Formats: sequence, structure tokens, C-alpha cells
Amino acid sequence: MSTIDAIEASAAPSHARRFRGGWRIVAHKEFTDHVRSFRFVLLVALVSLAGLASVNSAAGPIREAADAASQTPSIFLYLFTISPQRVPAFHEFLGILGPLLGIAFGFDAVNGERSQGTLPRLVSQPIHRDEIVNGKFVAGISAIALALAVVMAIVGGYGALRLGVGPTVTDFTRAVAFYVVAVVYISLWLALAILLSVVSRRAATAALAALAIWLALTLFGGLIAGVIADAVHGVDTDSTTEQVLDNARLELNIRRFSPDQLYRDATGVLLNPARQTTGLVLIERPGALPSELSLTDSLLLAWWQLVALVGGTVVMFAGAYLWFMRQEVRA
Amino acid sequence: MMRAAVRTAVASNGSVDDGGPAIATVGLTKRYGDTIAVDSLDLEVGRGEVFGLLGPNGAGKTTTILMLLGLTSPTAGRALVNGLDPTRDPLAVKARVGYLPDEVGFYDDLTARENLRYTATLNRLPRRVADDRIDRVLADVGLGGDAERRVGSFSRGMKQRLGVADALVKEPSVLILDEPTVNIDPEGVRELLLLVERLRSDQGVTVLLSSHLLHQVQQVCDRIGIFVQGRLRACGTVDELAASVDDRWVFDVGVGGVDQAGSLLHDVRGVDAVERSEGRWVLHADRDVREGVHAAVVDAGGHLTHLSRRGADLDAIYHRYFADEEDAVGRGSSDDGGDKAGRAPSASGVGGAR
Repeated sequence: MSTIDAIEASAAPSHARRFRGGWRIVAHKEFTDHVRSFRFVLLVALVSLAGLASVNSAAGPIREAADAASQTPSIFLYLFTISPQRVPAFHEFLGILGPLLGIAFGFDAVNGERSQGTLPRLVSQPIHRDEIVNGKFVAGISAIALALAVVMAIVGGYGALRLGVGPTVTDFTRAVAFYVVAVVYISLWLALAILLSVVSRRAATAALAALAIWLALTLFGGLIAGVIADAVHGVDTDSTTEQVLDNARLELNIRRFSPDQLYRDATGVLLNPARQTTGLVLIERPGALPSELSLTDSLLLAWWQLVALVGGTVVMFAGAYLWFMRQEVRA
Repeated sequence: MMRAAVRTAVASNGSVDDGGPAIATVGLTKRYGDTIAVDSLDLEVGRGEVFGLLGPNGAGKTTTILMLLGLTSPTAGRALVNGLDPTRDPLAVKARVGYLPDEVGFYDDLTARENLRYTATLNRLPRRVADDRIDRVLADVGLGGDAERRVGSFSRGMKQRLGVADALVKEPSVLILDEPTVNIDPEGVRELLLLVERLRSDQGVTVLLSSHLLHQVQQVCDRIGIFVQGRLRACGTVDELAASVDDRWVFDVGVGGVDQAGSLLHDVRGVDAVERSEGRWVLHADRDVREGVHAAVVDAGGHLTHLSRRGADLDAIYHRYFADEEDAVGRGSSDDGGDKAGRAPSASGVGGAR
């Protein structure tokens, strides 16, 4: 045994147990920072206003419809899905604004520590290195979950007042399922933003890159999918119904590479018990009975979309984790 | 020699916590691709010692420190801090080592106290213990009245002092300060060095401090290691280092009553060069020429107002080693002409004359 080994052997045993759970400390600090930040207040206000606008415009038609057919199931959930006039429905709004929420809580997670010069201090404390990025991710998800809970409470509460009808138990569980899916969807963007904050040394670059990806997927994704679908299954005025359907199916499947579409598919099914497919909805569908699905059935319908959303989040976060672990402390 | 010392420390004490070296490295090496940042470093810092790691920027000081903290893993060799391997047991090492990074930063939106409280929590200190300690360390670095101020409003010097306080919150047994005197005004530097001395004498803290500013650290360091291009070129007390480079003969001479003193002194046997500096003559010689100078001046009908040999101070040591390095670099990289290689020795000479 060499001498340096002898020194080591005679040293005090390590205190590994004492230093467990460092990620919780990081997460607590980051979460407190998030919630106290102006950013948080601004985003909650923005999403709430959008939600109130859509619920407000949805409430009128719902009341009329409800008066006409008082047996309509799950009236309350219409608040989130119906989009009269030109205002998008709440769940669509969230599909657009959600990524913004995720990006806002993640784009400066790691490079912010770098540029402030706090990273060397942080990594020299008795915590494992991965606990930093884990803690930040957990804090981001918690902040998103809180923000969304506040927004849904505001929007749902206002909707119930406008409508004069509260949610049934089924409505409530479906709204919770919708909430969970939305949190996962936004977490995917959070994970992407954290990944970019690890890769890019500058917070501004990371934010711009994340916004560029968001715009590309939500705005141009549909266009590109349409172009590819037309190239593969061209349609013109002479096309058969089957050809048109092929075109539309292919476009939808290409769009599903975007988390945006996965979210739409999943929330569409979860918020509408009458909807029996995540695919194309045909007005006259032979064999489709006008009946309601149970929440379990709706979840099964949306299963692959949910798996893909969770999987995408895990992949993004794993990328951020691995990259961060391999990075040198010094810039 | 280093290994022998390590062996002795182990043999005589058995347990490292009873006085083994606070820091020991054997063949510690870090490569980034083709460049060697740290080259087979053998270093030992005893408990309660203040050790100065001295070298120009980019010499590998920070890389060495990061390896001691387990923040980057060595390519070869090993390090032990408090007898623990920072690569294998990073948490136990980091729990006992306070670290002030180069260009330290804080969360600008939080107050000084909140920043330190985060560090205390990460070290699993109970809230009450933490608050007492924070009060104490802030007072120690002269920020007692600024605890509730946002760090964003602090000057760079204040942040630097807060960085020292931050490193002290965990009551470390080893304190590593990377370029601690940068950004601080001279009075701040003096206070910082006093604090380092107090920590060592009151609490027996081992201090490793890196710097490229040697005047500032020489007074507080027990031993100094001179670090150039990843290698430890010399290591020892200031006196030892001075003795090791004291092979040059430089004299200050004051002459009165002689007109051509410069040429007179130049003609003395053994004198290589004569310079005029602040009303005196500076002689560079290859031997002790005091007798000859005295005789020559008296023979010319003048008298000596001053005659002394310059001792090699730390500055001379520093320049000596860095000039050597420049010399080596110059020779290595300029095959195309004697220009650079020719200049290098003269640079060395200038360094020696200071």
C-alpha cells in the first residue's frame, strides 16, 4: 500500500448519510425565487387574462345551449373547450402560452448561475453535482404546477359564476386530468429550456433558441406537415374521400412530432367525454354511438400521447443532466 | 522527498486527523487535450499552515484547486484533503473545505444574509446555528452592518469580502482562497490578510491561497510554491527560496568626490554592468566586488557614501523563475531568428536587477 493510500485509510469515514437530499435544498431555494419573482406574477396574470377572455366568450353560448338541452353532459368542461367567435378556447390558449411558461422558468437555470458567478460557490458545497440540475427541474415543475393551479382556479371559478353551474365530480376529475397533462406538457418545454441553459453560456441565446423552436413547431410545424402530406398524398378536386382522408391522416401524424399536437390530442379527449378518438373527427361517423366515455376510457385513448409527452420530457431532461455533468465548472 | 515527508507524517501520527497533512498530492496531473494544465504536482500542506500558491495567470493554480475540491477529476495522480480523496469522497471534502472562487458571485436579488443562509443550509446547518455564524462571519469581514442589504448593491470589494464570509460559514478546517486580493483596495487586502492570520492562530485553519500578486501574500504565507506552466518550480519559506536564487551579486553604491564614477566602477574587476538608479549606482557582478570598489573609489580620491549588497527578495525570486520560463519559451518557439532568444537573457537580467 502506497503512502498516500495509508493516509486515506487512516482518515475519518465519510459522512455520506448526513448529506443526502441536497436537491431538496436547491429546489426549495429555486422555487421560492420563482414564486417571488415578477416573472411569476406576470405569467399568471397573462395566462389568467387569456383564460378569462375565452371563458367569458364561451359562457354565453353555453348558457343558451344548456337552456335548449338541459340534459347535455359535462356542461362545465365546455368552458375550456368551446371557442365561439374568434377567441381560442382555454385549452388551446394554454397550448400556445404553456411553452412560454416553461421557457420562462428554465432558460436561465444554469447559465444564470454561471454568469452571476454563483456556480463555483454552489458546486463547492457538500451536494452532488446532479442535485443542482435536479433541484432546478423540480422547482420549475412546482412553480408551473402552482401557476397553473392558480390560473385554473381563477378561470374555473369565474366560469362557474358566469355559468351558474358548478363542476360535477366527473367534471372535476377530468379537469384535474387536464391539469396534469398541461403540467407535463409545460414541463417538457421547461426541460428543453433547461437543456438550452446548460448548452448555451448566455441566457439570452438560450431564450431565443427556445422561442425559435416553439415558433417553429407551433406555427410552421402545421405548414410543413401540410406540405409533406400534399406531396405524398396529393389531393385535388377529383380526389376520392379516401384520398382526402389519407392526406389529412398523414398531416396529423406528422404534426404529432410536435408536443403541441400531442397536448391537443390528449386534452381534447380528456375534456370531451363524447369524443371517441384522438384522430380525425368525422361529422358522420358510421358506427359511432353518441355516448359518453368514462375517464379511464378517455385516458386509454390518449395513452400514447401521454407516453410521448412524458417521454419527451424525460429525454430533454436527460440531455440537460448529462450535458451538465460533463461540463467543466469553469466557463 | 515529498513522499518521504508524507510517510513520516503517517508513521508518526497514525491518524491524519491528529496532524497529518491537510493537503497532499502525489503526481497530480490534469490534461485538457494536448495541453497540460497541471503537471505531476507533488505538494504537501501541513495543518494550520498558510501556503501561498504563486504564479502568473494560466499557470494551473485554479485547476489544481478544482482538483482539490473534486470539481474536476485528475488525469493522473492523486490528491488528499484531510486524508480524503476528493474524487471518491467529494461531499466529505467539500463539507470541511471553504472555497472562495476566483471572481466570486452572489444572487443579486437576495440580501447578504439570505445568500449566506443558502450556503449554510446546503451545509445542513440548523437555522439557529447558521444565523449566529452568519452574524459572526459578516462581522469578521467588516460587513456586519450590511447583512440585510441586497447583494446587487454591493461593490466588487464588498462582494469579495462577502465571498470570504461565505467560505467561512461552514467553519472549514481548510480554507482555499483563489486570488482573494483581486478587486480589493489596499486597506481591504490588509484586513483580509489579518483575518487569515487570525483564523490560523485562533482556529488552526489551514489556508491555501493562490495569487499572482506576491507582495500582498508574502507577509502572511508560511511557505510559498512557485507555479509556472503547470509545474511547481520551487517550494519553501521565503528565506529558503531567497537562498536558492541568491547566486547573483548586486550592489548599491553611493560615491562622492569622483567625476567619472560610472566608468571607474565599471573598470573594477568582476563588474559586468553598471546602472544609474535614484542617485546611486547599481553594480551587477560575478563575485563580491566590495573590496575592489572601495579601493578604486579611494584611489581616485573620492569617498563612499553607501555600499551594500542587495538581498534576494521574493520579487527577485518570482522574476527569476518567470524570466527563466520566458527564456525557455523564447528558445523553444523562435527557430527563425535569434531575436527573441537573444532578448530573453536580457529580460532575465532585468528581472535580477530589480
